Amino acid sequence: MGGLQKKKFERGSATNYITRNRARKKLQLSLPDFRRLCILKGIYPHEPKHKKKVNKGSTAPRTFYLLKDIRFLLHEPIVGKFREYKIFVRKLKKAYGKTEWSAVERLRENKPTYKLDHIIKERYPTFIDALRDIDDALCMCFLFSTFARTGKCHVQTIQLCKRLTVEWMNYVITSRSLRKVFLSIKGIYYQAEVMGQLITWVVPYQFSHDHPVDVDYRVMATFTELYTTLLGFVNFRLYNSLNLVYPPKLDSNAESEPKEESEDDYAMNSESYLEKLSALSASLARVVSSAEEEEAQLDHFPTEGIRSAQMEAREKELKQQEAQKKLFEGLKFYLNREVPRESLAFIIRCFGGQVSWDKSVCIGSTYEMTDETITHHIIDRPSVDKQYINRYYIQPQWVYDCVNAKVLLPVEDYFLGVTLPPHLSPFVEEKEGDYVPPEKLKIMALQRGEKTGNEQEEEEEEEEEEEEEEEQEEEEEDDNGDEEDDEEEVAEEKNLKKMEEQRSQGKVIFKVTPGKLKVENKARLEQEEKAEEKRLAIMMMKKKEKYLYDKIMFGKKRKVREANKLAAKRKAHDDAEKAKKKKARK
Amino acid sequence: RLEASGSHRSRPSSVLCVMHLEYKDIRNTVGNIPVEWYKDFPHIGYNLDGKKIYKPIRNKDELDDFLDKMENPEYWRTVHDKQTGSDIVLSDDQVELVNRLQRGQFGDVNFNEYEPMVEFFSSDVMIHPITNRPADKRSFIPSLTEKEKVSKLVHAIKMGWLKPRRVEDDGRGRYYDLWASEDSSILARHRMHLPAPKIPLPGHHESYNPPPEYLFTDEERALWEQQDPGDRKLPFVPRKYSSLRQVPAFSHFIHERFERCLDLYLCPRQRKMRVNVNPEDLIPQLPKPKDLQPFPTTQSLVYRGHSGLVRSISVSPSGQWLASGSDDGSVRFWEVCSSRCMKMVQVGGAVKSVAWNPNPSVCLLAVALDSVVLILSPSLADKQVILSSERLLSAQQEGEEPAEGNGSVVWSEAEGEELNQGVRLKIQHPKAVHQVVWHAKGDYLASVMPDNTSHLQVYIHQLSRRRSQNPFSRNKGLVQCVSFHPIRPYFFVATQRSIRIYNLVKQEMTKKLQANSKWISSMAVHPGGDHVICGSYDCKLSWFDLDLSTKPYKMLRHHKKAVRGVAYHRLYPLFASASDDGSVIVCHGTVYNDLLQNPLIVPVKVLRGHVMTHDLGVLDVTFHPTQPWVFSSGADATIRLFT
Repeated sequence: MGGLQKKKFERGSATNYITRNRARKKLQLSLPDFRRLCILKGIYPHEPKHKKKVNKGSTAPRTFYLLKDIRFLLHEPIVGKFREYKIFVRKLKKAYGKTEWSAVERLRENKPTYKLDHIIKERYPTFIDALRDIDDALCMCFLFSTFARTGKCHVQTIQLCKRLTVEWMNYVITSRSLRKVFLSIKGIYYQAEVMGQLITWVVPYQFSHDHPVDVDYRVMATFTELYTTLLGFVNFRLYNSLNLVYPPKLDSNAESEPKEESEDDYAMNSESYLEKLSALSASLARVVSSAEEEEAQLDHFPTEGIRSAQMEAREKELKQQEAQKKLFEGLKFYLNREVPRESLAFIIRCFGGQVSWDKSVCIGSTYEMTDETITHHIIDRPSVDKQYINRYYIQPQWVYDCVNAKVLLPVEDYFLGVTLPPHLSPFVEEKEGDYVPPEKLKIMALQRGEKTGNEQEEEEEEEEEEEEEEEQEEEEEDDNGDEEDDEEEVAEEKNLKKMEEQRSQGKVIFKVTPGKLKVENKARLEQEEKAEEKRLAIMMMKKKEKYLYDKIMFGKKRKVREANKLAAKRKAHDDAEKAKKKKARK
Repeated sequence: RLEASGSHRSRPSSVLCVMHLEYKDIRNTVGNIPVEWYKDFPHIGYNLDGKKIYKPIRNKDELDDFLDKMENPEYWRTVHDKQTGSDIVLSDDQVELVNRLQRGQFGDVNFNEYEPMVEFFSSDVMIHPITNRPADKRSFIPSLTEKEKVSKLVHAIKMGWLKPRRVEDDGRGRYYDLWASEDSSILARHRMHLPAPKIPLPGHHESYNPPPEYLFTDEERALWEQQDPGDRKLPFVPRKYSSLRQVPAFSHFIHERFERCLDLYLCPRQRKMRVNVNPEDLIPQLPKPKDLQPFPTTQSLVYRGHSGLVRSISVSPSGQWLASGSDDGSVRFWEVCSSRCMKMVQVGGAVKSVAWNPNPSVCLLAVALDSVVLILSPSLADKQVILSSERLLSAQQEGEEPAEGNGSVVWSEAEGEELNQGVRLKIQHPKAVHQVVWHAKGDYLASVMPDNTSHLQVYIHQLSRRRSQNPFSRNKGLVQCVSFHPIRPYFFVATQRSIRIYNLVKQEMTKKLQANSKWISSMAVHPGGDHVICGSYDCKLSWFDLDLSTKPYKMLRHHKKAVRGVAYHRLYPLFASASDDGSVIVCHGTVYNDLLQNPLIVPVKVLRGHVMTHDLGVLDVTFHPTQPWVFSSGADATIRLFT
């Protein structure tokens, strides 16, 4: 056998991967810089299939990157900027050491900066790609915009985040693309549909953060750097798509202009503009001032049966969406000072409502509490001194529930001091067999347009109770039936045994007992037959398939078990409530 | 209100001092010293004459001051002089002066602060120069030092050392339409790109006001707290707040975002192909049992009478009689159709195995108990048949005395009571016999004596010549059961792990089948002779196709417990297995003549009826020779017929 001797680890998967340390050395970067680069360029490690082969026979835990990825990083102009920055820091230190203040000043003036535009373009070649990935960017920017302007990161970053999020919210309001909202214990979730993409983000409640010590803010800051750039470009494009001016400007000839008088309370003019924007109470200026939007009408194509059914469904969905967009149109809200103003203003404006608040809460209130045309007063305290007779005093959950239900829910359940109905997550889509909370069923009934008064409900409850009892009885009967069958068999055997004994003892008694007519349930028999067939077929499954089948069935059963558990818990709770009520009545 | 302090430093008060010196000179001569130095003395200083200036007798307290303020119209222009301790009432002029100074005007009313300025140095060139000095030379020629400096700067700019001051905006927050020209040059990178999975959306659990069933009970809460954070189903405890105002900040918010960041840049991503299989599709499509009829479906008869567990059963070749051997020491003969016990033979010992002679022209039964094999003639047949069987038994008697085979097996005639009961021959073995099997012709009979240490495990007896022989000279493992080939001169021996097939004519082993099971319990040979099934104590049933391989063609794991017995039907394509879980499973097993087509095995029926006793279920199973009926004997001392 001729030829060169083959060496190990010189071909195959060992050459496709590179460890983190070697990659770092190849790029001549420090670990933080390498990390930054990876974050900005979206490079992540890879898990090789045969780790030992790639690790050259060693089993030490290592992080591997694709060599291709690292080569790709080599050509990144930002790497040069990182080096420049390193040099800048070194020079600055030197100047400080020599106390050459003019040099320090000069250096500071020429501090190297970099732009991430090309990286954004490279990572997201089309706008839709960028939109698809904007969830994380929004979450991060909303989080950073709530940070205090001290300590953890640069003030400019916080300001930029604030600006971008305000722009985003204004876009969502103008395009009316908000779909779902959810008050969770973590924060408020929003879901918007922008250009066909569902975008979900979460905003923390308005409290100051106690910053954890085990969080590396440098990583977060790097991500934010990327995300602010991305969000800025996305905002620009979105504003352009709606013919809005970017950076956003308030519409000067809108009828609901914020009052000017409060302007003096704010120190800085530049900031007050952003604040006015972030008040979310005024509409934005357009490049072409034609307020009328042409509605997207579905064209009718002559199609056959199935397609047309699809079309109908789509049309119906569109109509529903349109209706949802105008959910709060014509309603006038007033926010009391204890409710989350930004969130509620955002949502109400998204669905076409008018909103205002006390002018001492925030800039940008449009009308006073004394306005007689206010229809809904949102309030979150047990009682209020002076009530106007021509408006509903409701708790803030009503707004969120209405948005999720896509209809205006009855306000009675949300009045002042009333125990609120549970707030359900709009993101859960129950499949068949899943547990559906009764509140959801009720809302679904409302959506279908069925009216359920309280009296009816009570009646229903009673009926339900009766039904339940009946069912129980039936079940018992069924059980009894089975048992009877078994019992019959057992009795028969006993009889036979007795007879045999008698026979063996020589006493043969012939006796004819009247036979019983066996009622055969045909459907049940058929079912049983089918079940047995299935059982027999399952016996013949191959080992591998059997394993998979068992796994799937186990998962299904677990799901059912969980659903049953929830239902049982709910039932126990309801029973307890009922008992309490009865006691109270007595 | 005026409030003048007594300090001399402030300009207005010093002016005041000067002013009121004019009419009444009580100047204090101690100078500009802190008044506190005199606080322990009755006086406050000295006047110009050197006399002490005394403090007022009584200090004004708050009340006095207040009264003064209320009553004295001059109060507002009264100033307390700390240095002399006296109150001074300011005159109108003085008040005017104070007002002027407070307004920032000059004290002197007559002073004009807006007098026109005379410009001595102006842009206009005067005819008279200010100085008469001639101009320097350096003001005519360019400066060398300046030139040097400029050239240095120019050089620095040229070399790139010196950069022009940058415009302040750093490009951040400057946005434009990045995707204006959406070139469709999608790189291979983008095709390979795996977008990070999105964060799962929150469920009802996460609501601030969830339905009551989603809240933790006390046990669930305790369990959650005990669990490792990685094992928890939910990373948080569901909480309920009665109103939005009470919801606190989520303490882990930043943490969660940070972890998401870490996931994004540290987690390897992989495309996982999630199998989305409909479990119904996994179930193999088998022919319907209905189409494979006939097979036994219901329990139709129960044969009761034994008092111990029934170890073995056998059906006569005519299909009319059933013989059973039980642990109670009896062999019973039953009529199949009526479940009537026709005859009972007490043999005095637990019966291990019974086997009916397959030759239809004779009516003989071999019974194995302890170390004896009995040949019974139950006389349950035509006279012809009985006669022929008698002839077979007595054939040898006429000839010479039986040659004592190996000296260890003794043939003897039954006598007396036993003879009356039907026992004809006794074959005494050296060890306990576990199984007897007939050859298809009905002349040869094999008996098994499992023993790990000896090669004397199997005997083959010839009935007509009353001869016994041990075919094996070497121990190849514990023999479990044996069987004759139905057509050809082959002999199957099942040891613990494998089945050996011997050619009796050539006296050699032809095949060794690997059963892939731990301990074979039973074996049956297909009437065609090309297929073997064997059951094992580890719940498996293996089907061997002798033409195909020495490995099982199919392993059937139908039973939950040890398989005790297996049987083939002689005519129908059926086989059955009996197990300790109390069930008999009947399977359809068609064998094709075409060698290319594999046997079709379909389980058709699970028959239950036997009651579990002492953890034993069904012990033996056998088919009716002509009908699709199956008999099973169990540990509950019954025999059951399924039709």
